[in-house]
Amino acid sequence: MKKEYSVIIGGAAGQGSRKAGLIIAKLFNKLGYGIYIYEDYQSLIRGGHNFSQVTAAEGGSVNKKEKIDFLLALDKKTIERHKDKLKKGGVIFFNSDRIQEQGIGIAADKIVKELNGLPIMANIALIAGLAKGIGITWDVLEKILKEELGKEIEKNLSVAKKAYTEVLPPAGGTKIEKTKYAPGILMTGNEAIALGLKTAGLDIYFAYPMTPASSILHYLAARQKELGVLAVQSENEIAVASEAIGAAYAGKRSAVGTSGGGFALMTETVSLAAQAEIPFMAINSQRMGPATGVPTYGAQSDLLFTLNPGHGDFEKFIAAPSNAEESFYWSGKLLNLAWKYQTPAILLTDKDVSEGTFSIDKDIFKSVKKEKELIWSGKGEYQRYKITQSGLSPLAYPGTKNAVVKANSYEHIEAGISEEVDKQAIEAMQNKRLAKFALMQKEADAIGAVKIFGNKKSKTVVVAWGSTAVAAREAAEKLGIKMVQPILISPFPLKQMKKALNGASKIICAETNSTGQMATVLAGHGFKVDKKILKYDAQLFSTEELARLIKN
Amino acid sequence: MEKQTNNNLDTKSPNTWCPGCGNFGILTAFKQAVDEIIKNGFDKEKIVVVGDIGCNSKIADYLNLNSIVGLHGRSIATAEGVKLANSGLKVFVFIGDGAGLDEGVSHLVHAAKRNSNIKVILHNNRLFALTTGQFTAVSPKGLKSVSTPFGSIEEPINPLKLMLSSDAGFIARGYSAKLEQLKNLILAADKHKGFAFIEVLQPCVSFFNNIEFYNERVYEAENKNRTEAEALELINQWDYADAEKIPLGIIFQKQRPVFEEDILKLIVK
Repeated sequence: MKKEYSVIIGGAAGQGSRKAGLIIAKLFNKLGYGIYIYEDYQSLIRGGHNFSQVTAAEGGSVNKKEKIDFLLALDKKTIERHKDKLKKGGVIFFNSDRIQEQGIGIAADKIVKELNGLPIMANIALIAGLAKGIGITWDVLEKILKEELGKEIEKNLSVAKKAYTEVLPPAGGTKIEKTKYAPGILMTGNEAIALGLKTAGLDIYFAYPMTPASSILHYLAARQKELGVLAVQSENEIAVASEAIGAAYAGKRSAVGTSGGGFALMTETVSLAAQAEIPFMAINSQRMGPATGVPTYGAQSDLLFTLNPGHGDFEKFIAAPSNAEESFYWSGKLLNLAWKYQTPAILLTDKDVSEGTFSIDKDIFKSVKKEKELIWSGKGEYQRYKITQSGLSPLAYPGTKNAVVKANSYEHIEAGISEEVDKQAIEAMQNKRLAKFALMQKEADAIGAVKIFGNKKSKTVVVAWGSTAVAAREAAEKLGIKMVQPILISPFPLKQMKKALNGASKIICAETNSTGQMATVLAGHGFKVDKKILKYDAQLFSTEELARLIKN
Repeated sequence: MEKQTNNNLDTKSPNTWCPGCGNFGILTAFKQAVDEIIKNGFDKEKIVVVGDIGCNSKIADYLNLNSIVGLHGRSIATAEGVKLANSGLKVFVFIGDGAGLDEGVSHLVHAAKRNSNIKVILHNNRLFALTTGQFTAVSPKGLKSVSTPFGSIEEPINPLKLMLSSDAGFIARGYSAKLEQLKNLILAADKHKGFAFIEVLQPCVSFFNNIEFYNERVYEAENKNRTEAEALELINQWDYADAEKIPLGIIFQKQRPVFEEDILKLIVK
């Protein structure tokens, strides 16, 4: 059986539990474990209860678990909230200056005070205690701390050293062994999106802050010079989307990112992009709605909305990644497709992919490159909407010699001038776009839009997408059934889905919304879902929970 | 009515403005300004017209220049994207009062605030004309329109005051019947480094014909440097109700750091 460990570290907002979670994840990653960090926090700056749950497993992708091996408590509330999740034999590491509990007490406040450290360094004392308690060597701990703590590193190291020295590992306790796997790179879904876009040629990212998409903006803003990508914040999502369209028209690759509420404001622009055939790339990172909903918690309840944004009759690309590797690949792929087909493309992600941290294989970075769009040859008279057999009209950008580039939200003739009277011309232009939509469908059929995992011979199939897909993969493997993950959802990869579900006698669809939106999409394409497993308590499925629900 | 130009600026698109519409004057003045810009050595291919939605924005169809016509109220934000993508382009926005001061007023304010180097020409006919004459943010109080049959009960906004308080670096007012002056305002806006706003009084012959009202009141204000207080005093001569006189010309001008120049420095290695 593959080795797997789960750790929760929690405290009040401002106590540094998130950073601590990342350091713990790096310790495990260094020893060759695959990582997922689930982040739990509320829409407030101080107080509340924040925690990170680190799941570390031998070999690849991993989902959040119901039960944990270790609990690190920066405050009492952490113990009250999470003690019942401990496995038999699980250990609590706690700040003994604040909490009385059974387990391994670390006089964190005292150590920090003695060494004149900052109060937040109590989290480092707890991490050092954990490292000692589970047999991680000082060398490994020191290396990771040096990588992660640029500021006050000497003080942090002395706090860590003292806690590491004082803690005695429990007799017969768990010792974490190194695996045969190489360490991965730890990255959040949003960081992977930023890099995927950059690798596919992103020039300008426009955004208005909104959780859980904001960290794409933060990541790019901090690295503008290094990556050569501008990161621009503007007055609202409508401005952001309009600027992205203007930039794309003028020849730069642009993208925008937001969550459901902000995406609602961008939908007029999605429609514009379709009509004016201007490439438009959006990231919609779902959080629990409707309206403000539960703003820092996840849900997959914007699928039907994202499939139908904007008025009018048009096609677009939509893909939903389940982890950081897929986020990197599909953000790059969609940016390229948006430019190839001069069309809207939307990466539909969700909070637990966006803000979750994953270990990824660095080879994934080779999977994306900038693919050149169709550019005008310079011969003859330029017409922005030239009717061609493929439906694709070559692009030219303002400033091109001898080209007058006229883009238009009105229906238009080939030259881009508005047309309201000539019914044949109006129909011809929609026929041109229909030809392009047919090409987009071909593209969807040709790329790896649907993934299959688990027991491929099983007639019981669980379908899951986005963040739920990781839990479903693990549950399917555990139960010996098949798992099908649609990633590209629009244009719907009908042929691939037919193949994936061929021979299935029972189709189960699991998702974190209350009505079964993917089940509805499947039904619309002729696949009857026999059982819907729905979760709408603002939490990600744990693998154990999903496996139980599939079996029952 | 239209003066032919020699830079092939016309298209074959049939013109659908009402005979006598103030938009013709704006089109002509703009074409004359573009002729001069091209004559001075600037490439025609590097000029971009950004249209909004409304009678005004049909101007994009009538100009053989690069153009993008997007959505109602969004032309200013779209233009900022164009300029940021290629700061070597000259970007002119044609927008109406409904789009600029109702639907998209936030973009106007923020473009002025951040000093994006785009030139906004606001056709002010003081109502929604293309949708058959409803009141806008600059309609006079008491305007009887199809949506306010008993008279609008709202006071109009003063766009020049709004621009002054948004820190716009170039604020001017023209009149569609005064072509030479309007052409010169467009050329001055083009020369100005940074955001420029030109309000053009544009009578709507079909729904709000105030040609006589304007003809009796407009005058050319002295062309001089003004403090903000002096500019405000000039602006206050007319608050979009009745007034003895309505000043035209460059109302206020000052130099500020240009948004695109500053932000592009962030990625220069």
